[in-house]
Amino acid sequence: MTIFLENARLIDPEAQTQTLGNVILDNGLIAAIGEMSAPADAQVIECHGKCLAPGIVDMGVKIGEPGERHRESFRSAGLAAAAGGVTTIIARPDTNPAIDTPEVLEFVTRRAAESAPVHIRHMAALTKGREGREMTEIGFLLDAGAVAFTDFDHVVTDTKVLSRALAYARSLGALVIGHPQDPGLSKGAAVTSGKFASLRGLPGVSPMAERMGLDRDLALIEMTGARYHADQITCARTLPALERAKKNGLDVTAGVSIHHLTLNEFDVGDYRTFFKLTPPLRAEEDRLAVLDAVASGLIDVICSMHTPADEESKRLPYEEAAAGAVALETFLPAAMRLYHAGALTLPQLFRAMALNPAKRLGLPQGRLAEGAPADLVLFDPDAPFLLDRFKLHSKSKNTPFDGQRMEGKVLATFVAGVQVYRAGE
Amino acid sequence: MAFRARHLLGIEHLTPEDIRTVLDLADRYVDLNRRTVKRTDALAGMTQINMFFENSTRTQASFELAGKRLGADVMNMAVAQSSVKKGETLIDTALTLNAMHPDLLVVRHPNSGAVNLLAEKVNCAVLNAGDGKHEHPTQALLDALTIRRAKGRIQRLTVAICGDIAHSRVARSNLLLLGKMENRVRLIGPPTLMPAGVAEFGCEVFDDMRAGLDGADVVMMLRLQKERMDGGFIPSEREYFHRYGLDAEKLAFAKPDAIVMHPGPMNRGVEIDGTIADDINRSVIQEQVEMGVAVRMACMDLLAQNLRADRGRQATEGTYV
Repeated sequence: MTIFLENARLIDPEAQTQTLGNVILDNGLIAAIGEMSAPADAQVIECHGKCLAPGIVDMGVKIGEPGERHRESFRSAGLAAAAGGVTTIIARPDTNPAIDTPEVLEFVTRRAAESAPVHIRHMAALTKGREGREMTEIGFLLDAGAVAFTDFDHVVTDTKVLSRALAYARSLGALVIGHPQDPGLSKGAAVTSGKFASLRGLPGVSPMAERMGLDRDLALIEMTGARYHADQITCARTLPALERAKKNGLDVTAGVSIHHLTLNEFDVGDYRTFFKLTPPLRAEEDRLAVLDAVASGLIDVICSMHTPADEESKRLPYEEAAAGAVALETFLPAAMRLYHAGALTLPQLFRAMALNPAKRLGLPQGRLAEGAPADLVLFDPDAPFLLDRFKLHSKSKNTPFDGQRMEGKVLATFVAGVQVYRAGE
Repeated sequence: MAFRARHLLGIEHLTPEDIRTVLDLADRYVDLNRRTVKRTDALAGMTQINMFFENSTRTQASFELAGKRLGADVMNMAVAQSSVKKGETLIDTALTLNAMHPDLLVVRHPNSGAVNLLAEKVNCAVLNAGDGKHEHPTQALLDALTIRRAKGRIQRLTVAICGDIAHSRVARSNLLLLGKMENRVRLIGPPTLMPAGVAEFGCEVFDDMRAGLDGADVVMMLRLQKERMDGGFIPSEREYFHRYGLDAEKLAFAKPDAIVMHPGPMNRGVEIDGTIADDINRSVIQEQVEMGVAVRMACMDLLAQNLRADRGRQATEGTYV
């Protein structure tokens, strides 16, 4: 099946350009880009000058399989992703049980492939049971298709265990993803410390816990030479350490969640638990500094940190409520806030949302180029709508954007040259 | 009339006019409480439920007495021991109570914000009797009344709040109230017991108690919350008393007519010297207890008036809930 996308605004994150043109999708790949006319047998889709970009590669999505399918299944996450323009989900291993053996990985890989309309690739746990004591079978897990290794928010506290896992991962070229938070300082925290935390009487964590976490990890990276990605850098004070590490030639990249770029600590307001995240939302100065770091390329990746939580786990006093927010479907409209605010251009956004994560994980996706996989999103960056959380495809509806005015609608999503979503369906 | 609030969840949302309204009415209830016949019928026919998710003797007794003197039917629910242990969520407990049609719900809970959450789910007036480390509004109001009666005003005073600020909802509510009424507030305590960013509230922060007390009109001591400490905030009780316990020598730095307050229960010899606490010329600690009943009567009276007005409006509009 050949698809001809006519008259689209082409967002190219590699060349950092946006130009009008046509695209031919054939055999799962982008066959041609330019001014050519439609091939004889092609299905023609008129794009009316709307934006066509590489599909989002979302690095760090929690899916409730195995263990918490009532919160999110591969099917529901896949539908949400398709509706949100996410064509590759990089799933987290913080499941129950954790994805820490090749057998579990093979099981979830098979379940994902038969259930979801988008690509799902898996990260595996760095230590068995995410308990920070023994490294997992990194070699076997790589062979079984793991794209990276992380214990997510269970920080490996024993530096000897971590240094061995990093050294071993290095020998295999595996990417290790850290969660830079000093576990002692951040223990029990529900918000970022400061005036707001004190006013609300909630236990806070200093932004310094993030810098200490990153400093520690970077020292071990310098020691072992492993490939490292920090999942979320959210504070201004962490940025110089990251910049120094990159300048010194360490193989280090960093990400940030879309929520930390679009919201700040005051959004929690009167104890609104849908705004409780890991790490907690930060001060406005931090948000702006991190946004600058994305624009400059110091922070490489924007991810959704999609974390489904059911109503019961959120309808609790703030300290006891679950952390995390769903974001697969709100990722792109939230990112459009940054575009409309003039903070980031569309090519800059898709560099961080598609190109960089794909490159870092060694995937061919994330590019708008001939020969690249035909994973694309067609969207209107200006289309306004009011977000109703009960219309989300995710099984869990815990979005902080409920009831908010958003701009940016996905019109169509293509995965491997097949249309998997069309607006209005 | 001022004080249009539906609930009393904190000082944060009150105006200076609201605060004065409560204090003026409370003054009248002080007079009533000193008579032999103490009953009025302001809350006659209404039901008040005291729901304490955290153990309390003094505050609960004060609310119970306040409700009874206003003529309400008062029920105490010892929630700390019952349904919570059976796994019922806060919201379910609230909905169960709501179905019994209370008019006033007095709630204390160990989590900050829990009373706000509960207030969203019930259709009666909710009084916060202390939530976690957030607010304890009636304590701040009774402290204000005590100060106003002792000093003749609740403006332009220098008030020193000393001790475990970080774990204290009393400190937060007092800080907000005293700020709204245009007083100078000083916070005194070791840095480990001082919440982050507190200087941005417009108060002065001291870790030297003598400097902090210098020239103060009011010295407010806080209880060292032993039960909240999971350790490591102070080296020992005796060092704490030496540096931050109120004794005659440190009190001498305050104004000669400075009053000494404490929300109770006191740890004598930890944060306050026994002789200071008992000094009838300086200590107003017993007055605070007396003002507590009057202030709670005033708050419940005002909330009940608003509740009646709300329900009357809804009845005429045909949307009675």
